[in-house]
Amino acid sequence: MTRSPTQFVLAARVLHWLMAAMIVAMLFIGVGMVASVSERHEWLLRIHKPLGMAILLLAVVRLAVRLRHAPPPLPDDLPAIQKLAALASHWLLYALMLIIPLVGWAMLSAGGYPVMLSESLRLPPIFPTNAIAFAMLRHAHAWLAILLLLTFLAHLGAALYHGLIRRDGVLSSMLWSWRK
Amino acid sequence: MNEPSLSSPPPLGTGGKLLRFALIGAILLFTVLAFGYVGGWLAPQRLTAQRLVNQLQTNAGVFPGYRRNHAKGVCVMGYFESNGQLQPYSSAQVFAPGRTPVVGRFAVPGGNPYAPDSSVPIRSMALRFNQANGQQWRTGMNSMPVFPVATPQAFFEQLQAQQPDPATGKPNPKNIAAFFAAHPEAAAFLAWVKTAKPSSSYATETYWSLNAFVLVDAQGEKHPVRWRMVSENGDATPGGANPDYLDADLAQRLTQGPQRWHLLFTLANPGDPTNDATKIWPSDRRDVDAGTLVLTATEPQQSGPCRDINYDPLILPNGIEASDDPLLPARSAAYATSYLRRTSEEARLPGTAHTQQEARQ
Repeated sequence: MTRSPTQFVLAARVLHWLMAAMIVAMLFIGVGMVASVSERHEWLLRIHKPLGMAILLLAVVRLAVRLRHAPPPLPDDLPAIQKLAALASHWLLYALMLIIPLVGWAMLSAGGYPVMLSESLRLPPIFPTNAIAFAMLRHAHAWLAILLLLTFLAHLGAALYHGLIRRDGVLSSMLWSWRK
Repeated sequence: MNEPSLSSPPPLGTGGKLLRFALIGAILLFTVLAFGYVGGWLAPQRLTAQRLVNQLQTNAGVFPGYRRNHAKGVCVMGYFESNGQLQPYSSAQVFAPGRTPVVGRFAVPGGNPYAPDSSVPIRSMALRFNQANGQQWRTGMNSMPVFPVATPQAFFEQLQAQQPDPATGKPNPKNIAAFFAAHPEAAAFLAWVKTAKPSSSYATETYWSLNAFVLVDAQGEKHPVRWRMVSENGDATPGGANPDYLDADLAQRLTQGPQRWHLLFTLANPGDPTNDATKIWPSDRRDVDAGTLVLTATEPQQSGPCRDINYDPLILPNGIEASDDPLLPARSAAYATSYLRRTSEEARLPGTAHTQQEARQ
């Protein structure tokens, strides 16, 4: 038996915590680099693009893991509205992880920028050059990121509520159990 | 074997429950505050790209769809013919022998697209080189060898000093004098500007990179440089009283034939400052002529291919890197803010200057 029924599979847990760190870092990098006029602007921008592509790739892998391995069920006594909120927010998180990097990529393409992941690694454009589309995609990128921040806050709050107040095993289903 | 999560925990008292809710709230609040601080909303004293561009708008007014600085300009098209002489210093494809297509823009500094051409004695040249490998080199140059200030903060303070007085509609000379008295690093610029006259043509000017950059050769060796575009036709004459002579002059010259500039790179000696755009490097530094910029056509900026290009000086190909000049990231960030604002106005998005002005009418 490779899987405890009360826990997410190992791949899901590793992806969850790795991507949690990447995504939270990304939210702060994004908002910081846009405001900064110091040398931070440049090095944050240099991290932002390859990190965004890494998140996109990992999100695809994660979606595949999620579709292959159903998560452990939520507690029976959890109110239906909370179960629905959990389901909806999880799928919203998956959607945002996939959409935000794609919008960023499309936005740079529409702005006529070369999409450089490093000094020499360039991605092809995925959208025709168009200033009006650039403006819309650029705003969408920022607003979707704010939505991701809010969804993350709800997710974090709910996880802590399960872990500290309900203590119903929901938080530990994403952790490692030390006692066997 | 009991999973700790499956054993029912002892019930929490009301006090314990409240304490835990407070802890959760504090964690969430801390995250939001940290986000607001990093984004600048909760750090009103910090200079951000948005505040820099706001100050440009305060000084010049808002002209929807136009750049927030160097608003008055014209598109040019042509190519760069590299002679290969810079290849030992930079592996960028643009410096291999051959042609690279260029879309450029000449402009007059200032945020007002209707300012007379003679309003300032400075012209600018911005270029985008499209390399065959898909990488780009973008640069924005000015017809002066040095910049008045060395840091984004000082530039912001200079803009504040130049802000028009609401009573007169003009900058207060006292503020400007006080600014330059507090900024002795502007001496080289002030000496230059004393002798500078608004030229009657974009084509006769020499345009300087202002900031230092770093060339990287095929072995990975770095070479700090500055560059300039030197006109083959350097007999500049002062412009007349007509507010718009530059575009007509350029169009007229182009009907007679392409206009040419030589792209000269100056290699720094060890110890030459790369982080200070107010300082001229000694004149004995080695120059390398990298090739010829040939401009063949012009189009108005409202309809030309330069309109939707952000000439961000940090869009660089492999083989050219930014130096440690603090003005470079500030230029990049402020240009991005200006570009977002003017393209949003072009798109007539809600809340942009276009729709606000229409609402007032």
